[in-house]
Order: sequence, then structure tokens, then C-alpha cells
Amino acid sequence: MSAFEAAAGRGDLNHVGYDRESRDRRYPADELVSKRIIVGYGFWIFLLSDIVMFSAFFATYAVLVGATAGGPSGRELFNLRNVGIETACLLLSSFTCGLASIGAWAHRGCWFYSAMAATCILGAAFLFIEVHEFVGMVARGAGPTRSAFLSAFFTLVGCHGLHVTAGLLWLLTMMAQVFAKGFRADILRRVLCFGLFWHTLDIIWVAIFTVVYLMGVGQ
Amino acid sequence: MSHFEQEGDSHYADTAPGYERFDEHEPAEAFVSYLVGLGLATLLTIVSFFISGTTLVWGPSIPVALVVLAIAQMGVHLVFFLNITTGPDNVNNVMALAFGVLIVFLVIVGSLWIMAHLNHNMVPMDQIMQMQR
Repeated sequence: MSAFEAAAGRGDLNHVGYDRESRDRRYPADELVSKRIIVGYGFWIFLLSDIVMFSAFFATYAVLVGATAGGPSGRELFNLRNVGIETACLLLSSFTCGLASIGAWAHRGCWFYSAMAATCILGAAFLFIEVHEFVGMVARGAGPTRSAFLSAFFTLVGCHGLHVTAGLLWLLTMMAQVFAKGFRADILRRVLCFGLFWHTLDIIWVAIFTVVYLMGVGQ
Repeated sequence: MSHFEQEGDSHYADTAPGYERFDEHEPAEAFVSYLVGLGLATLLTIVSFFISGTTLVWGPSIPVALVVLAIAQMGVHLVFFLNITTGPDNVNNVMALAFGVLIVFLVIVGSLWIMAHLNHNMVPMDQIMQMQR
């Protein structure tokens, strides 16, 4: 880190006003903002649109939660011990995903691969427990066709599960790309986007375990 | 900046300044930030699970407490994992987040409000059946 960057980058955060001069030094005239920031911002907008989509599923679930049509309610179906394990898996995987992105910035291959592998195993464990729960519910005759409540439940939680599945495929792709191409700038931007995606899935899971499981059992 | 750059990058002229966020944080600092985030999130999760099954607090207050804990945990995730801060280079991220939160709020509260009113104003099912006879 060069001296002026330390001054501009560090000091900038403490400035109250808009410091034109330090901004010009950080971003040369031919390039206003670094590509990394543009990519991160664009992906952040996508993630927010994904969160808006989930909010529609949450609204549907909240409206239909009482419409059990004489079938089982959440209280009889949900097992909080499983949900606790799922939550722990996803939270720890979010942490190891953060470690992987630190490893990627620092160009430390072994750190990056082991943290990504841990993320992958924890994510797969989460998915396994969730699929096991779904299969058990369908076997008990509480499938998505039983009642409006269960349709909304399977749509909301299943949609999150599909996101986790896509995230796992993306994770394996990123490991393969780093292995084949090294810590190139464009690969690092993809790792950044993957990290944002994975952390956002954990945020959505916080809403799911609170609204669906904890409130469902406690109602 | 030097040790974050690679010789191989030279032909990617468009990425020159790059790595803004990480120039400001050494890996050890970022690690501590993730660790603090993990600790806070774990604490909030444990409190959520504990409070949902307890009889120590007044029953009707439990859902409210759960919502507050969930929002707090989302805040922890945003700050410590997604690095959304109030720094000057984060204004765009925060504005986008604020817009997203507004839409989420409108969709959820609006749906619940409208559907509750529809339910309230609907003729009960058994009366509809009688009218059809």
C-alpha cells in the first residue's frame, strides 16, 4: 500500500464533506470508478431484486399460514432441532465463505480452497437436512398439494433451497476457475459476487427460520 | 496495494485501480470483522431459539421479540459479512438497500393489510351456502 493511498483511503472515511482532490487521486481521469466497484454494485442491485421476489413469497406465506384446510399446521410438522442444525450450518458456511474471500484477496491458494471446501460441505449438509425434511413431510401426506398453507411453505422454503443449490454449483465453478486460471482480476470479481450471493442467502434464511419455523411452532 | 496485484493483470488495463475495499483492510483486520459478525449472529440466533420456546416472557410479546431479533441479525450480516457501511464510498449501496427495504415493506405490509380487510368484510362461508340454495 503506497503512502498516498494510505492517506487518501484511510483518511477519506473520516472526512465529513466531499473531498474532490482525494477522489481525483484515487480514480484517475480516464476511469472514474474501478471495475470491481461497478461489478459489486450491479450484483448488489440484482440481490436486492431477489430479496424483493422473496418478499412476495413471504407475503403469500403470511396470508396463507392459517389456511390449513383441516390438514396439519406448522406446530405439528416442524422440528426445531433440525432447524437449529440447518441454521448453524448456514451461519458457519457464511463465515467460511468470508474466510475464502480473504484468502482470494491475499492470493493464498490453500486458504481459499480449504475455506471454499468447508463452505461447500456445510451448504450440502444444510441442503441434505432440508430435502430429508421435505421427503418426510410428503411421506406423511403433508405435501404441497395438501393445503394452501403447505403450498406456500414449500414454495418459500423450496425457493431458498433452490438458491442454495445454485450457490453450491457456483461455488464449485469458482474453485475450478481459480484452479485453472489463478487469482486473476476478473476471477476475483466473480469470487466477490459469489460471496455477496452466499451471504444474502443467509440473510433470507434468518427471515425464514424466524417467520416460518419459530413463529409457526410458537403460534 | 503492491501485493494484491499480479503481474498477469497487466493486459487487463481496464481494472487498474481496483481492490478499493481491500486496500483499506489488511487480511487480519477483515478476519476479525468476520469473527465478530459470526459471534454476534450466533448470539442473536441462540436468543431467538431460546425465546421462542420459553414461558418466561409474556406470550403475545414473543413474535415481536422474534421480529426485532431477526432484524438485528440481518443488520449484523449486512455490516460484518456484506460490508455495507455508512462510509462515503458506500452511499450508492446504502441508497439501493433503502429502496429495496421500502419495496419489501410495501409488499409485505400491504398484502397483510389488504387480505385482513378482505377476510373481515367477507360473508361467512355457511351463509354463502344458504344463499345458493
